[in-house]
Amino acid sequence: MLALDIFLSGLVLGGMYALAALGLTLQYGVARIMNLSYGEFLVAAALGSYSLYAGIGVSPMVGLVVVMPVAFALNWLIYRILLMPLVRRAKNRDVLEVDSILATFGLLFVVQGIALVIFGGQYYSFSYLSIPVSVLGSTVALNRLIALLFAAVIGSAIYLSLTRTRGGTALRAVAVDPVAAGLVAIDVKRACAFAFALGGALVAAAGVLISMFLTFNASMGVVFTMKALIVVIMGGVGNMLGALVAGLLLGVGETAVARLLDPGLTLAATYCLFLAVLLVRPTGLFGRQAR
Amino acid sequence: MHGSFTRILAATAMLVAVALPPVVANGQDVIKIGWAISKTGPYAAGANITLLGAYKVWVKDVNDAGGIMLQSAGKKVPVEIIEYDDRSNSEELIKALERLISQDKVDFILPPWSTAFNLAAGPILNRGGYPHLAVTATTDRAPELAKRWPNSFWLLGTATEAAVSLVDLLTKLRAEGKIDGNVAMISVADQFGIDVSAAARDAFKKANFAIAYDKSYPLGTQDLQPLLTDAMRTNAPTFIALSYPPDTLMINEQAKVLNYSPKVFYTAVGTAFPLFKQKFGANAEGVMGTGGINADSQEFKDYVKRHAAVNNGMEPDRWANPVGYASLQILQQAIERVGKLDRAAVVKEIQSGSFDTIIGPIKFVDNLRKNAWQVGQWQGGEYYGVAPGSNAGARPLAFPKPAWK
Repeated sequence: MLALDIFLSGLVLGGMYALAALGLTLQYGVARIMNLSYGEFLVAAALGSYSLYAGIGVSPMVGLVVVMPVAFALNWLIYRILLMPLVRRAKNRDVLEVDSILATFGLLFVVQGIALVIFGGQYYSFSYLSIPVSVLGSTVALNRLIALLFAAVIGSAIYLSLTRTRGGTALRAVAVDPVAAGLVAIDVKRACAFAFALGGALVAAAGVLISMFLTFNASMGVVFTMKALIVVIMGGVGNMLGALVAGLLLGVGETAVARLLDPGLTLAATYCLFLAVLLVRPTGLFGRQAR
Repeated sequence: MHGSFTRILAATAMLVAVALPPVVANGQDVIKIGWAISKTGPYAAGANITLLGAYKVWVKDVNDAGGIMLQSAGKKVPVEIIEYDDRSNSEELIKALERLISQDKVDFILPPWSTAFNLAAGPILNRGGYPHLAVTATTDRAPELAKRWPNSFWLLGTATEAAVSLVDLLTKLRAEGKIDGNVAMISVADQFGIDVSAAARDAFKKANFAIAYDKSYPLGTQDLQPLLTDAMRTNAPTFIALSYPPDTLMINEQAKVLNYSPKVFYTAVGTAFPLFKQKFGANAEGVMGTGGINADSQEFKDYVKRHAAVNNGMEPDRWANPVGYASLQILQQAIERVGKLDRAAVVKEIQSGSFDTIIGPIKFVDNLRKNAWQVGQWQGGEYYGVAPGSNAGARPLAFPKPAWK
């Protein structure tokens, strides 16, 4: 059935978008770092996954277990060394956002440069779990389905831990008002660093999963940063469920337009949807009202 | 009077010095070759695999042999490289070329990657009088540009030639009763896809083919399954995708997942990359694409080994990379025949001479290389040229494409 087909492949595509955006919503929402180098870390993780797979035959699913902690540690270090000075001297969160844009813009070139030196500029691509799976009569690639499931599971898990656990609530408190959070004995610096690092681990996971089916090269980071940014803002900054829903919505919308109207209109449709959501709800689908 | 005489003498000396043509600063110890190429940015991947690899092999081959033989120096002169990164940005490209010409004063300039960049570099290289061997450029404007810039040479054929070659092949298949007149075609909404699909639509109409599905998609689309599903529903035996490398790989992968295996399956740019075989292995069998090569030639096989040795194990693509290397062989032979670093004479030699290269003999007709390979196919683990069938080493088309494994 056409509608079901569109819905399912749209969900799978949207799953990829949501997966790519989960980390940024944490980094931007909680740590208030507008990380322009976000996509570079995704690509770096994808390249790392490729090296593990092509080099020593480690499957990306196993590679996840290796890459995520490494990415967590790396991003923790980046926050503490590169971004802490900015955090310390920022008078308020808007100033921090601007400063972090500039700093992470520079970081973008550093990461991209390192990736180019190690891997060169060429395309990398490998097929893993490129097996057709029949879901309710529609065919879906297994690797893309896994990306969707991972996004849904992790997104929901983090959302639940943010709302139901103490540590999660502390993170949300920091996102709402860091000064007040400090007054109630929440270690704000630690919380932000943790959020940033966790976002980094998530984007690395996204990179590894996406590498299973997408072709990538060291210069592709910006594409993912842009997509993640749209999803994050459309879903409401800092809201995991929002990012998930927005990503899925974009995926379904894009697929519907490609099948029912014209594939050439997909980009236009994506941005129209983005604009429409922001016109109706300026802070995003699940965003908080202006403080 | 004494003072004014000295002054007049000094002024005359200055005028004479300025009026004389500049002394060739390079001397005869080294030939300076410059290039601006996309080492970063969206063009980096294509530039890397298609051009830079070939350039590196050529420089090594030339310098290993001692250099280029210059009669005016009476010996072989090694080649020195000056390289700039244009960052996939046309303004940077132009700045870099100007720098190479006016500041670094290089003897020869090698072209950048992509049709758009060769068009941008054209006027500058023309003004400087540098021979411009445009390899990675597929444009119908080539004949007109060759007239406007007589120092430019176009080696890959035009968009129309690419489309017509493919349509002719399909017409032959239809005459043999192997396929019917229905075609499903998708194209990337970028210069290449737009130009070639327009030419293809024209050619299909003239040959009485019906295009049952004709859609274009934006560059960078991350899921082409919707288009493939709709193409599949038309039941056309021929599927053509005028695609770029990331899309080419994705189309093949998603077609496999959907089990979409029409009798003729063509994905344009990227099919000739060794990455394609690496990723798909036995599933590459029977897939058609742009370009092609006489893969049986011993010269080409040696070139593949040399390329891998110089480029960290990366093999050349089976389309434009060997043509790039051949263009440099042409440059070297022209310089050697002229005997000195006289760019105008080198241009004339390239225009009129016949050259021996790894892809066979090349002779330009009105600055255009005729009979460039337009359609190739993976057969038995190697990518062979299929059309034009009159080219040396052309293989017959393996029909139909075997089912996905």
